[in-house]
Amino acid sequence: MQASDFKSDQYVRFCPGCGDHAICMALQKAMAQIGIPTHKVAVISGIGCSSRMPHYLNTYGFNTIHGRGGAVATGVKTSHPELTVWQMSGDGDCLAIGGNHFIHEIRRNVDLNVCMFNNRIYGLTKGQYSPTSPKGFVSKSSPFGTVERPFVPGQLVLGAGGTFFARTLDVDVPTTVDCLVAAQQHKGCSIVECLVNCVIFNNGTHAWIADREQRAEHSIIVKHGEKMLFGKDNDKGLAVEIDPVTFVPKMIVVPADDPRVLTHDATQPDPTLHRLIALMGPDNDLPVALGVIRNVEAETYDQAVNAQIAEVRSKSKAKSFDELTQTLETFER
Amino acid sequence: MEKCAHACVYQKNVVILCRILKNSYFSMKNIVVRFCGDSGDGMQLTGNLFSSLSAILGHEISTLPDFPAEIRAPQGTIGGVSGFQVQLGSGVYTPGDKADIIVAMNAAALKVSAMNKHYHDHAILIVDTDSLTDKDLEKALYKTDNPFTELGIPESVQIVPVALTTLTKEALKDSGLDNKSMLKSRNMFALGLIFWLFDLPMDKAIHLLEDKFKKKPALIEPNTKVMVDGYNYGQNLALSVNQIRLEESRAKSQESKAEHGRFTSIAGNKATAWGLIAAAEKAGKHLFLGSYPITPATDILHELAARKDMNVMAIQAEDEIAGVCTAIGAAFAGDLACTTTSGPGLSLKSEAIGLAVMAELPLVVVDVQRGGPSTGLPTKTEQTDLLQALYGRNGECPAVVLAASSSANCFDFAYEACKIALENMTPVILLTDTYLANGTGLWRVPTLAELPEIHPQSVPEELKGHFNPALRDERGVRYWAFPGMEGFEHRNIGLERDAEKGTISTNPENHEKMVLARKHKIEQIADSIPELKVIKSEGSKLNADTLLVGWGSTEGHLHAAANELGCDLAQFNYIAPLPKNTHEVLRAYKRIIVCELNTGQFAAYLRAHFPDLPIEQYNEIQGQPFAVERIVAYASK
Repeated sequence: MQASDFKSDQYVRFCPGCGDHAICMALQKAMAQIGIPTHKVAVISGIGCSSRMPHYLNTYGFNTIHGRGGAVATGVKTSHPELTVWQMSGDGDCLAIGGNHFIHEIRRNVDLNVCMFNNRIYGLTKGQYSPTSPKGFVSKSSPFGTVERPFVPGQLVLGAGGTFFARTLDVDVPTTVDCLVAAQQHKGCSIVECLVNCVIFNNGTHAWIADREQRAEHSIIVKHGEKMLFGKDNDKGLAVEIDPVTFVPKMIVVPADDPRVLTHDATQPDPTLHRLIALMGPDNDLPVALGVIRNVEAETYDQAVNAQIAEVRSKSKAKSFDELTQTLETFER
Repeated sequence: MEKCAHACVYQKNVVILCRILKNSYFSMKNIVVRFCGDSGDGMQLTGNLFSSLSAILGHEISTLPDFPAEIRAPQGTIGGVSGFQVQLGSGVYTPGDKADIIVAMNAAALKVSAMNKHYHDHAILIVDTDSLTDKDLEKALYKTDNPFTELGIPESVQIVPVALTTLTKEALKDSGLDNKSMLKSRNMFALGLIFWLFDLPMDKAIHLLEDKFKKKPALIEPNTKVMVDGYNYGQNLALSVNQIRLEESRAKSQESKAEHGRFTSIAGNKATAWGLIAAAEKAGKHLFLGSYPITPATDILHELAARKDMNVMAIQAEDEIAGVCTAIGAAFAGDLACTTTSGPGLSLKSEAIGLAVMAELPLVVVDVQRGGPSTGLPTKTEQTDLLQALYGRNGECPAVVLAASSSANCFDFAYEACKIALENMTPVILLTDTYLANGTGLWRVPTLAELPEIHPQSVPEELKGHFNPALRDERGVRYWAFPGMEGFEHRNIGLERDAEKGTISTNPENHEKMVLARKHKIEQIADSIPELKVIKSEGSKLNADTLLVGWGSTEGHLHAAANELGCDLAQFNYIAPLPKNTHEVLRAYKRIIVCELNTGQFAAYLRAHFPDLPIEQYNEIQGQPFAVERIVAYASK
C-alpha cells in the first residue's frame, strides 16, 4: 500500500509551518507500511488542532467531543477488537479535559495507538497555557506566568501502568514513522508523544532539540538492544548512578567507551529506568529521549473482555433470549 | 421483655394467642402487606420472597421497596429502618397506599410505620416483642416504656405480639450456629408466619428459598427450618387472626385472552435489562453497555454484566461520561449501544448525547430517575428529569423520549427504545424511576418470535465507493455504514456537516437546513408509534368529562384513582414525539388534570404544544409514589 491510499480528499487545514503536517504525513506513511486496509482502520479524536487529523486520513474516522476520544476509542476497540484503532489527541485534550479517560485506557491496556500531540499550548482556542506548559509560562490566560507545575507525559503514562511509551519530534519524520509502526505492532495501549511546534502561539517551544545545530547534543534516539549513545560524533553515552546515601538513581553522561553505558531495554517490565529516561531534558541537563522508551507485553483489555464472554458462553446452557426465559420460575395460564 | 409484655396488657387491642377456628378464611380481592425492620434484618429479601411466591401462585403483585440511603445505619435506630410493601390479589395497580398487614421487626420500625401512617386503622400489626426492651426503646428514641400508647396506635389495629427472637433461637438451638447467625434468620420466622396467614403452599416456598440461597448452601437448612417453624407456629398455636384467601387474579382467570401465557414477577431494572437483550437478538446486533454505578440504576449494569451467556458486553467505565462515550464508540462500530444512569449521570452525559444526535448514531440512554437536584434523594422516586431528557443539551438537540409505566413494561419500552434508535439513527432516552426499577410486577414472559420486528438502518450497496455520512433515506434517516465495511470509509463528526457532502461546514444556510433535518427526523417517528389510547374507568362514569393525564410510572396510581373517580385516564409512554392524536384525545374533555411527581414539567410541555387546552395540574414532590386517596381527594374538589 502507498501513503497516498491513506490520504483523504480533504484539504489539510493546519496552519502553514505547523508540526501537525509532518505527523500527518508520517501517519500516512506508517499506515501504508503497516498495510492494514483502510476499511479496517478507525481513527478517533477529541477536539483541538490535532483532533482534525481523522479528516485527512482515508480510513473510518470520528472527530468527537473535547477530551472524550479515549473513551469513544475504548468503545470501538473493545466491541470490535478486529479493528485497528488510532486515537488522535493533544496535550489539552488528553491530559486536561480527557485526563481521566487517558489514564484509564492506559491502566486497562486497551489495544489503541494513541498519538498525543504535545505543543505545550492550546492552539484552537487561540493561545492558553496547557498542562504541559512550563511553570511561569506567559499566555493569554496566564498573563503573569503560570504558577502550576506541568505534567511530564511519559511519567504520567508510566504511573498509570503504561505498557508502551514512545516520544518523537515533528521534524524527525523517520523516527516518527518508526514509533508509529512500533505502536501499531505493540498489543496494548501505545502512547506516542509527538512533540510538535505551534508556529502561531508557541513558536520554538521544542527548539532546544528541534534546532538542527543542537539536536545531536540535546537529544538521543533510543533503540531497544542498542547502546545509549548520542552527540555529534556519538561520543557520549548514558549511564545510571546511584546516590550512595539516598539510593536515588539518576542518569549521567559518560564517555561513549565507558563500560557503564547502558544498553536500552524497552521490554523490561520494571519501569524505573524508563521513567528516568522519560524525565531527561534541559531541566536536568540531559538529552531528551526520542524513540520507543517502553514496549512491554501484557494482556489487553479488549482481548480479556471478549475472552471472558466467550468462556462464559461456552459453558452456559442458555444462549438465547427464549432459553434465558426458560430459567424463570413461572406459572402458566 | 417482661416490661413489654406488661406494656401490652394495657392495650385492649392486643390479640391473645388462642386456638383458631379451623377453616375460617377471610376472603379478599387484594391485600397490602408491609415488612419493616432494621436494614440488617433482611426485609427486602423477605418481601421479595413473599411477592415472588405470590406471583408464582398467580396473583397480581406490585411492590414498593423503601430503604434508607445508608448501607447500615446504627442498628435499631430510626434512620436504619428498611421497609418493603406489596399489594397482591386481582385488580392490583399499585403497592397500595396503606398496609392491611404489617410486620414490625423492632421498636424503630414500629415507630416509623406508626408516624408515617403506613397502615390502616384496621390493620393486623405483627410485632417482635423481644425487640421492645428498654434498650431498644431508648435507641428508637421513645419517651415512655409503653410504645403502643406512646405512638397512639388506634384500638382498631389488631396487634399480634410474637416473640420472634426467642422463637427463632429455639428453632435453631440444635443447629450449632452462634447467636449472631441465629438472629439473622428472624425474618424467616416472620415470613413463615405470613405464609401461614395466607395459607400458601410450603413446598413451593422452600423451593424458592433454596433457589435464593443456592450460592450459600450452608444457609438453606437453618433458614428453611426457621421459616417452617414460623409457619407451624401459626398453624399449631393458632393465632386468633383469620387466615386470608385471595380471590383468583385477573391474570389467573380466563376472562382475558390477551393475558394467557407464562407469568412471573420481575423488577423494573431487570425487565429493562432483558428488554435490551431481547432487542439485540431480534435486531441481530451485538449488545454493548457502557455504564457507571449510580443508585437506583446499577441493577441494570449488574444484570447485564452477568449476562455474558447472552453475548452481552457490559463495561463498567471510569465515569458517567466514559459510560456513554464507550457506547457511542460501539454504536459507531455498528453495535446496539446503551448506557444506563440516573439524573446526575444524565447531566454528565448531556454533551455526549448531543454528539450522538449530531453524529446521528443509534444510542439507548436509560435514566432511572431519583429525587433531585444534585445528589438529592438517591433512593427515592421522582419524575423530575423529564425536561432534562427533552431539552438538557446545548444547541437544537432533539432526541426521542420514552417512559415506562410499570415494572413489567420496562421490558417493552427498553425494547421499543432499541427499535426506534436502530431504525431511526437517533439517541432514545428511556425514563423509568426508583419506584419502577426496584418495584416488581407480574410480567407475561414473551417469546422472541412474538416481539415486533426490528430493522436496523443499513446502507444501499450502490453507495459503495461514494458514501458520505449525510446521505439519507426517504424518511430523512441517515444511512448507517460502519468500520469493517469496505468502500464506505467516512469521517463522522460532532461539528456541523454539509447537508450534501457530509464534511465540516460553517455555512449559515446549511446549518439551518441541518437543524431542521435533525428535527424532522425525530418528528417523523410519530408516524410509526401507536396512537394515544384513553383508559376508560372500570367503575362509574361520575366524572365522564374529566381526564386524568399522567406519564411513566404513575399509571397504576392514576388508573386506580380514575376508577374511583369514574373518569378516564390518558397515560403517556411516548413523550417525544407525542402520539399524533394527542390533541384530538385531550380536547374532548372539559377538565384535564395532569398529575406528576414534579412541579408540573409534563403539564408545561403539553401547554407549550397545545396552548388552547385548559390544563390543570396536580403535583407531589415527596420522593414517594402518589397515594391514590390524595389524587381522588384533589380531583373530587
